[in-house]
Amino acid sequence: MATLVVAMSFTLKPDSGKLTLVLHHYVGDELLNLDTASYKNALGQPFTVTKFKYYIGNIRFRKVNGEEIQIDNYYLVDEDEDRSKKISLNLPDGGYTAISFIIGVDSLHNCSGAQSGALDPVNAMFWTWNTGYIFLKLEGKSPLSKSPGNIFEYHIGGYKQPANCIRRVSLALKQTLVISNATPKELQIKADADELLKSPTTIDISVLSSVTDFHNATIIADNYADMFSIIGEK
Amino acid sequence: MKKRNVAIWIIVLVSAALYGFGGVNKYFLISPEDVELKVPRGFPKPNYRFKDNKPTPEIFVLGRKLFYDPVLSKDSTISCGSCHQRIAAFGHIDHALSHGINGLIGKRNVPALQNLIWKDAFMWDGGVNHLEVQPLSPITNPIEMNESMAHVIEKLKHNKAYAEEFRVAFGDSDMTSQHLLRALAQFTGLMISANSRYDRFMRGEDTFSISEKSGLELFRAKCASCHEEPLFTDNRYRNNGLAPDTGLKDKGRSAISGAQFDEYKFLVPGLRNIEMTYPYMHDGRFRKLKNVLDYYSESRNFSPNTAKEMYEIGKLSEQDKKDIIAFLLTLTDKTFLYDRRFVDPNVSEP
Repeated sequence: MATLVVAMSFTLKPDSGKLTLVLHHYVGDELLNLDTASYKNALGQPFTVTKFKYYIGNIRFRKVNGEEIQIDNYYLVDEDEDRSKKISLNLPDGGYTAISFIIGVDSLHNCSGAQSGALDPVNAMFWTWNTGYIFLKLEGKSPLSKSPGNIFEYHIGGYKQPANCIRRVSLALKQTLVISNATPKELQIKADADELLKSPTTIDISVLSSVTDFHNATIIADNYADMFSIIGEK
Repeated sequence: MKKRNVAIWIIVLVSAALYGFGGVNKYFLISPEDVELKVPRGFPKPNYRFKDNKPTPEIFVLGRKLFYDPVLSKDSTISCGSCHQRIAAFGHIDHALSHGINGLIGKRNVPALQNLIWKDAFMWDGGVNHLEVQPLSPITNPIEMNESMAHVIEKLKHNKAYAEEFRVAFGDSDMTSQHLLRALAQFTGLMISANSRYDRFMRGEDTFSISEKSGLELFRAKCASCHEEPLFTDNRYRNNGLAPDTGLKDKGRSAISGAQFDEYKFLVPGLRNIEMTYPYMHDGRFRKLKNVLDYYSESRNFSPNTAKEMYEIGKLSEQDKKDIIAFLLTLTDKTFLYDRRFVDPNVSEP
């Protein structure tokens, strides 16, 4: 609750500055293009991507003095919605050394009834028969998929053990990021969809083309835990 | 001129007779007192306490309208109230399995809606974890209402009456799924059954016959370890030994938890108004209470993984069964079944 107060109140203060997180979606080294571009996974299996969207939340920034600032909001980032790939935040003035956030939705927000905003179930990122948010959707096609229409669908969610798919991503900044009222700053963050299909577990699309509940979900979650990296600070 | 006056008077009088002199049918008016949460004496603290969803007459009335409006289904043919019938404590009377749009048949018996705010999970498998998000399941289930929430909201936004009712209820022009779901939670959350003859007996306001008293004693000895008073469920999941239905292939709780030891477990149902909620069991396989008691008394071909309580029941005499049924019938709560607050204002006249 204390962090919420911080998050709510500093937006009004003059001694704060603007930071925009800009998400760039890739498959490996190539920029993600829905539907048209063809990519290859680690096994050389060709595929196209038709959908890539995910929740990030509980964003924390570490100040030089070790203090942590948490933003108690959730953001639904969707490759198909350009606006969703820019997340504007207000942060208190000062130097920052690291950012972290979760991929997914924490258990509190999975258990608190009807939510609004990014967490509104109209966004179709919600399992209705076994309550919980879908944290991430990666969908596409591959000639090797044995699913009808050669599609593959990885819908990953789950906040309960043993199928907890919430993963916290921690990214250190190469140099101290100074936030002030004077200049708005941006952090360029890469999200690599190819990471879902590799390390630690290489996904063979011809074997696993559909994950839509807790079965196999944590395998993909362990893979996506390292899909983010910082590619630019300014 | 005179003729016209007479005609006007007739219209006024007929309207008054139909709607009451206040302009609206008073029978369906909801007062602030009607939406006050009164926790019945002897009931535990509810799990859902309307914390961020304080009941008001306007929100409750909106929830009532939504509950009885087929707009929530894809082809606008079925409402919540189609399968959750008030007279059956909001179960589906005389239907073994749930119905959906286009004549589709589901795989489970429609559960009664009553005393929901004491539950910690919903559905026979406990897959839904909160009263407010419960309606999302039947609304989006392809074999029930087969609709998306985004489309429901879009349809409601095109309806001027709803736009106004959402504004009146929530004080803004927001027509969000959150408001829709909270309105439904007020309507269903206030469905409280606590004035059956059993309740009045417990409060010392009514007496039981010898058979009913003996039934209560037997019930406490043989049934209450799962069907705990006063809600007549302990809200846990158990396999009561029924032979799995080879057609429905319903493994119950394990589909939610992923755990093999949860196979064929279902939520212990509350027994209030059981007289009206036939047929019985998660798949409605037993038509009468007598069939249920015969099964519990005589069947020993339990499936693997059956709850230990099932082995403790033992054989019941025919008189025992009669007495237990006599007791179970005292759980019928006419105050609840005929509560005007939950009557569909579109089709029912007092």
